[in-house]
This record gives sequence, C-alpha cells and structure tokens, in this order.
Amino acid sequence: MLRYSAKQLLNMALTLFAVSFLVFALNELSPGDVTRKILGPYASQSQVDHLTREMGLDRPAIVRYFEYMGRALTGDFGDSIYYRQPVSTLIWDRLGNTLLLAAISFAVIVPLSVLLGVLAGMRERGWFDRAVSVFSSMCASIPEFAMGVFLLGIFVVWLGVLPGTSPLRADSGWAIWMQFVLPVLVVTFYDAGYLIAMVRSSMVEVMRQPYIRTALLKGNSFRNVVAKHALRNALITPFTVILLQLNYLVSGLVVVETLFAYPGFGRLMLEAALAKDIAVLEAGTLIAVSVTMLTQLFGDLGYMALDPRIRV
Amino acid sequence: MTEIIHDVPAGRVGVIRDSAQSTPAGLFRRIYDILTRSPIGTIGGAILLTWTLLAIFAPWVAPYSPTKIDPELIADPYPSAQHWLGVDHLGRDILSRLIWGARTVLTVAPTAVLGAVILGTFLGLLAGYRGGIVDAIIMRVGDTLLAFPKIILYLIIIAKFGASAFNIIAVITLSSAPIIARIVRGVTLDIKNRDYVAAARMRGESALFIMFVEILPNARGPLIVDFFLRLGYTTIAIGVLGFLGVGLPPPTPDWGGMVKEAYGMIFVWPHMTIIPSLAISSLVIGANFLATGLREASLDG
Repeated sequence: MLRYSAKQLLNMALTLFAVSFLVFALNELSPGDVTRKILGPYASQSQVDHLTREMGLDRPAIVRYFEYMGRALTGDFGDSIYYRQPVSTLIWDRLGNTLLLAAISFAVIVPLSVLLGVLAGMRERGWFDRAVSVFSSMCASIPEFAMGVFLLGIFVVWLGVLPGTSPLRADSGWAIWMQFVLPVLVVTFYDAGYLIAMVRSSMVEVMRQPYIRTALLKGNSFRNVVAKHALRNALITPFTVILLQLNYLVSGLVVVETLFAYPGFGRLMLEAALAKDIAVLEAGTLIAVSVTMLTQLFGDLGYMALDPRIRV
Repeated sequence: MTEIIHDVPAGRVGVIRDSAQSTPAGLFRRIYDILTRSPIGTIGGAILLTWTLLAIFAPWVAPYSPTKIDPELIADPYPSAQHWLGVDHLGRDILSRLIWGARTVLTVAPTAVLGAVILGTFLGLLAGYRGGIVDAIIMRVGDTLLAFPKIILYLIIIAKFGASAFNIIAVITLSSAPIIARIVRGVTLDIKNRDYVAAARMRGESALFIMFVEILPNARGPLIVDFFLRLGYTTIAIGVLGFLGVGLPPPTPDWGGMVKEAYGMIFVWPHMTIIPSLAISSLVIGANFLATGLREASLDG
C-alpha cells in the first residue's frame, strides 16, 4: 500500500506539472497582455514595453515558468492585478469559506443519499424505489441556479423566512447560521440527486447476488440480511463517487456562491476570469487540481481498506 | 455539474449485437419498443420532442420577435392575453424568448455532445485496439484534462478567448471526450479478442475497418444512453455559463442568460426568473428521463 501511495503521488506530481505548464503557457505566451491590463488602454506602447522589461516579462516563458513554480512551491503566487493584493492572502481566505460550505453540505448529503439509496435499492422496483428514483432523477436534472431561483421564490420572496443573500456578515440582519440554509439546500438537492442514484444502483446490484438469496433462504430476517450482508458491499462502489463529490464541492459551488453572494473560492475564480486576473486564475487552478488528485488518492486507499479483495 | 463516469459491465456488451437491430428499421422498431415499455422514457421523449419541434419551427411559432424591446410594456409585465408568459425587464416577450432560446440550446448542446462522441469514440477505439504506448498516451492526456474541474477549464478558456458558441462547444467537446473514450475503450478491450474479430483480421481487413465495423457497433447501447445523459448535463452547463455571465453574448436568447438578467429583480417580478428556470429544468428532465428509460430497457434485453 505504501508503494502504491508513493507511485500515485509521483503520478500526481506529473499531472500537476502538466496542468500548471498548460495553464501557464495558455496565459503567459503573450506577456504584453498583463502589462497592458495594469496600465490601462491609454498607456503608450513604449510605457507598456518599459513595464514589461521592468517586470522581467520579456524573458523566455520557460525561465519565467520555473521561477513561478519555484515561488508557488513556497506558497507565493504573486500579486493579483485586479484586487491589488497578494494572491495567497486572497485565495486561502475564500477557500476557507468554500470548504466550510462544502463541509456542511457534505454532512447533509452523504447520510441522506446513503439512507434513501439503500432503502430504495433493497426492494428493486417497489413503490419506494420508484418514488426515490423519480425524485433523485428530478433533483439531478434541475440546474443549481434554477433550484436556487425556486427556493428563493418560496422562502425569501413569498414566505420571507430566510435571507436571500449570504455574505457571512453578522450585520446583514440575519444570523450567520440562517445564511447557510439556502446555499446548503441548493447544493444538497442537486448533488444528492446524483448520489442517491449511485447508491441505489449499487444496492440493487448487490441484492441480486446469489449469496443474498442464500442468506434469505437460510431463514435470516430481511432486515438482518440487508444490514449485515448487503450494506457493506453496496457501499464500496459509491464510496469513491462520494469522495469525488469533494471536487465538485470545491469549484462547482461557483453557481451557489454567485446566487447568494457568498464570498467563496468559485466566485473568486469567476471574478478573476472576467477581469482576466491571470495570477489568481493560475493559483486557483493549481489548488483545485491538487484537491482533485488528493481526493482520488484517498478514494483509492479507502477503496482498498473497504474491500480486502482489491490489491495493487 | 457532476459527471457520470460509468464503466461498462463487461458481460453485457456482447448481448446487443445479435438482435435484429443491425438494419436501421430494426433500430427504430427497438426504440419504439423501449418507449412504449418504459413510462419514464416516454415522458422524457415527449418533453424532448416538444422542445425540439418548438425550436425547429421557432420563426413560425413564436408570437413576437425575441429581441424586440418595448419599454411601454414594463408597466405591467405579468402574463396576459397578449403575452402569455409576460414580458421581461426590457419589455421583450418571454414566450418568444423561450422558444428562440430552445433553438439556441438545442443547437449548441447536441453539436457539442456529438463532437465529444466522435472524438471520444475515435480515441477510445484507437487506445483499446492498439494498446501499448498509444493507449498510454491517449489515456494520460485524457486524465490530465479530467483533472481540471470542468468549470475552471471553462473559465480559463473564456478568460483567454472570450465567450462564443464555438468556444463553448470546443470546451464541452474537450472535457467530455475523455469520458466517452473511456467507455469505448472498455468495450474495445472486451471485444477485440473475440473470434469474429480474429476472423476479420485473418481476412486481411484493415485496422480501421475492424475498429469501426466489427467493434464499434458493440458500443452502441452504452453510447446512446450516454448521449442523452450528456445532452442533459450539457444543457445544464450551457445554462450555468449563461447564468454566470460567461455564456453566449447578450442579444442571443439564452435561458441561463435570461435568469441572470432578471435575477436582481426577483423580488419585484419573480416570473421573469422563474419561467426560464422552469424551461431549462424541463428540458434536462426530459433528456434524463429518456436516458433512464433507454437504460432500463437495454438492461432488460
């Protein structure tokens, strides 16, 4: 398992290297853009050239790339030209907010999906299974922004019991915990719709196995068979998928953050893209890709721990 | 924007080949059978068909021009006998914008998905059939693309090249093709050692012939289901981009963009955001229901 982890880490480093190079190349091959952006449209070409030289942007891209990566490894991602502060202070703060929202949503989504998925899948094509399948399929089909609009219409515009924005400030007139209700609900509906379907189909697959029938025919109660024989095997496949949701929860929250003016990582990336703030985009991409790869690694390790038959 | 990455169960792929569906008529018969057998599939198909017809006949069906601004109508923007779904904050008829918006999304989404299917199928066949270094390179590049969270890939491309229909299609094609390649590769690995493939090789058929004529038909079942699922996800993706303000440029009637433009006015005129939200949800539900129906039917055999 140790050798496997080391190999995966090496693999990860290579992919991260490829990704960082791609992003760097895409954004930095035309260095005039950055200085033009800083000086504004009315600066003369000679001023632009001067600043380009001063910032060292006229040197070969490959040299600047290794310089950038060297500094990035120490946590220094340069300065944001749009927010005019170091990228590192900006990004960790926003990432913290997003992780908080992601953690709360995760704590709601996982138990809910496992419960509904298992209950639906244990009696395939029963009425509960049908109902849950239609429900989860609908949830996964409604885009987050549409779900946000519906919930906002009901709870904010119509009933007026929840805040419509979640800036996470105490002075907005609503308690902080109430500001979390709608964002978490929107994420939960969308993501649980998908997870429930995963857990259900895995459960259905397991319940069709001969050993389940054997256990039932031996006179075990249905309840007992589900809890002791089926559950563990049914949760192995969804486990990785559940972990992969962490990726979605890191960058995919951009819609929810935009809906509710939540100061998170996804919205930072969106604003950076709109303002062509390359330093922020680069750093954010590296972080997001690292999160993806780390969850994949943990997913594989957890997979092996859950299923002793899998060895690498 | 979650993504389904389903692996094809190896035992099942062989089943699809031998039935009567090798002729186009047989295929249609089978689709008809599936639709009548699965109520969910039928509902999904009906929704999808309705939007498709509205999109095709938009110029004749839409009661008004989707871009005609009429400031006088804003005094009473709610649904009325003249404007069935009301008008938006610029006095544009919402029903007409929905119908023309269907045309936008039903052009961009299927094109993007088809691009991804073609590219992914080709790469998957190549990787699975050739194996070795070709396989390693293709799958490695695909994994790198998949490592990007999708939305961030969009944002980078759009920050660099700007928002346009072409860029949206390109990004969706690039980010979906690796997943399709994985499905097709799985089928190819399963099939390529069968006797009839060996027989074709003995006959001296070219690699291209074997890949496309002998192996590819086996991937048809999983690919058709995946196509409709992906159509749903792509519709969501296009809507999300519009909502974030990085979708198709403004005068184009685009459902996500309609929600974004009126979102600030949800407290005053909620119908302007709720109606396009319902439209996009119904289209995605249609695509997903149809995919569910097709999958159920194909598992039943």
